[in-house]
Amino acid sequence: MSIINFKRIGTRLHRSRYLYLLILLPVIYYLLFHYRPMYGILIAFQNFRVARGIWGSDWVGLLHFRRFLGDPYFWQLVRNTFLISFYGLLWGFPAPIILAIMLNELRLKRFKRFVQSVSYLPHFISVVVISGMVVRFVSFDGLINQITGLFGIAPRQFLMFPQYFRTIFISSGIWSSVGWGSIIYLAALSGVNPELYEAASIDGAGRFRKMISVTLPSITPTISIMLVLNLGRILSVGHERVLLLYNGAIFETADVISTFVFRRGIMGNDFSFATAIGLFESLIGLVFIITANKISNLISENGLW
Amino acid sequence: MKIRRTPAEITFDAANILLLGLIAFIMIYPMYYVFIVSISSGIHVLRGDVTFFPRQPTFEVYRTVLQNPDIHTGFRNTLLYTSVGTAINLIMTTLCAYPLSRKDFYGRKPLTFFFLLTMFISGGMIPLYLTVLDLGLINTMWAIVLPPAISTWNMLIMRSFFTNIPESLHESATIDGANDLQILSRIVLPLSKPVMATMLLFYAVAHWNSWFSAVIYLNQRARLPLQVFLRDIVITGVFGDQHELVGTAMDHFQVVATNYQYAVIIITVVPILLVYPFLQKHFTKGVMIGSIKG
Repeated sequence: MSIINFKRIGTRLHRSRYLYLLILLPVIYYLLFHYRPMYGILIAFQNFRVARGIWGSDWVGLLHFRRFLGDPYFWQLVRNTFLISFYGLLWGFPAPIILAIMLNELRLKRFKRFVQSVSYLPHFISVVVISGMVVRFVSFDGLINQITGLFGIAPRQFLMFPQYFRTIFISSGIWSSVGWGSIIYLAALSGVNPELYEAASIDGAGRFRKMISVTLPSITPTISIMLVLNLGRILSVGHERVLLLYNGAIFETADVISTFVFRRGIMGNDFSFATAIGLFESLIGLVFIITANKISNLISENGLW
Repeated sequence: MKIRRTPAEITFDAANILLLGLIAFIMIYPMYYVFIVSISSGIHVLRGDVTFFPRQPTFEVYRTVLQNPDIHTGFRNTLLYTSVGTAINLIMTTLCAYPLSRKDFYGRKPLTFFFLLTMFISGGMIPLYLTVLDLGLINTMWAIVLPPAISTWNMLIMRSFFTNIPESLHESATIDGANDLQILSRIVLPLSKPVMATMLLFYAVAHWNSWFSAVIYLNQRARLPLQVFLRDIVITGVFGDQHELVGTAMDHFQVVATNYQYAVIIITVVPILLVYPFLQKHFTKGVMIGSIKG
């Protein structure tokens, strides 16, 4: 029996031989640039020295985890990261949904396409350009101070005050992502059965009523999936925009886990410590996404898996 | 059926149009403002009285910017990384997506799992950096173009496109004696222009806009891409070799630092704006494929 099986496997392998040839390079790529770094996580439990490699470095167990869990600055980082994510989600999550619903209600097709085009545009502009514009706009002689100046408010260097960072970071984030984020909801909205609207009209529902009772429920599955995905990222504020926007004067609110990892790891060469923090961040993310998925499944059966 | 519009509906529509008009304005205005400030006379920029139209427009500042050697270096490197990087992306993504799209590919399921797993688990910033260091790629173009060679998400979009190509085409080609390599090059690829265009744009824009990988992997000035110089000029306010040039121009109040910074922004964004009409069409389609099939 087993000989026959081997033979069959052999023929199948042989039949797919060219496909293996094609996929060989991608497999090597994934091994090198995805799986090798995963294996590199081991250095979180070491005092890693580049010259000695992973097998030559000393193992220290959970030392690095204990080190930063005991460090008060670490809790400041967690707090900053969490608050940026939380407020980012609070304001930024509904924004594309609202935009999509508004666009969906629009009858002027041309105007609709125009609004869509201009709102997708920032998605294609680099973070450096967007952050550069933000930095200049909120600077002492920038656009924002000119506008607030109209109301007699004295100009200030906004990025020097810790209390403004979150607002600047989150609002510019929404500006750049709201249009693109609305596409997925528009796709969901285009699949809504028109008969539902007709039925609602016959029952005497107005436009607003239909929006609440027909439109919104029909995109709830999409909304809950997106929410679960976003909750998984609650402790991972992207480092790029923060690095571009923050400065030493506002670390108090602006420094987040990922930027700290960058400074300690890449700039400070403290590889093991930085990897340990990065690992901590992803583990929390995993816990969040699993919990959010559980809750979503319990409430609406719209989980990710 | 045509529904007669009640006064309430008219108010609803008017409010909606007004709000969306406002949103569209907020989306365009910052970019437009950057442009009109860049070409306005320095004295008006300093006074802050440029609002909706340029004041005493002059394109002088653009000439100064284009004389900046850093901008040249940046453009050259970015063009190089974008073209080489995108070529690698397209080849590698196709090589990966095609076999996975074939239902008769023996080992398709475990391999798909092998690739998909990386979307959920990753080594993180430091282990990836150490890998690039170990491979000896630091300070070379390869550190910029190889690590992002395949975006798993894009690969899935391409795979779903390939899956939709009728299997009968494969079968008839096999009967004619074509092997899988020939099927890919003569039948599948000629049919895949739309998805290739989408992928080309996805990847090229990502390379053009990429900044962070250059920050961590490159430390020779001659190799830096445009975005790094852009950051120095616009955010840090470092003008490189042109510090004096900008200074002299400033003395005459023709050009101030702000003009210069905003002009640099415009110059970096123009290539994106030029391809945007194509981008939008293909990108939206790509996202749709992704959201339906993913």
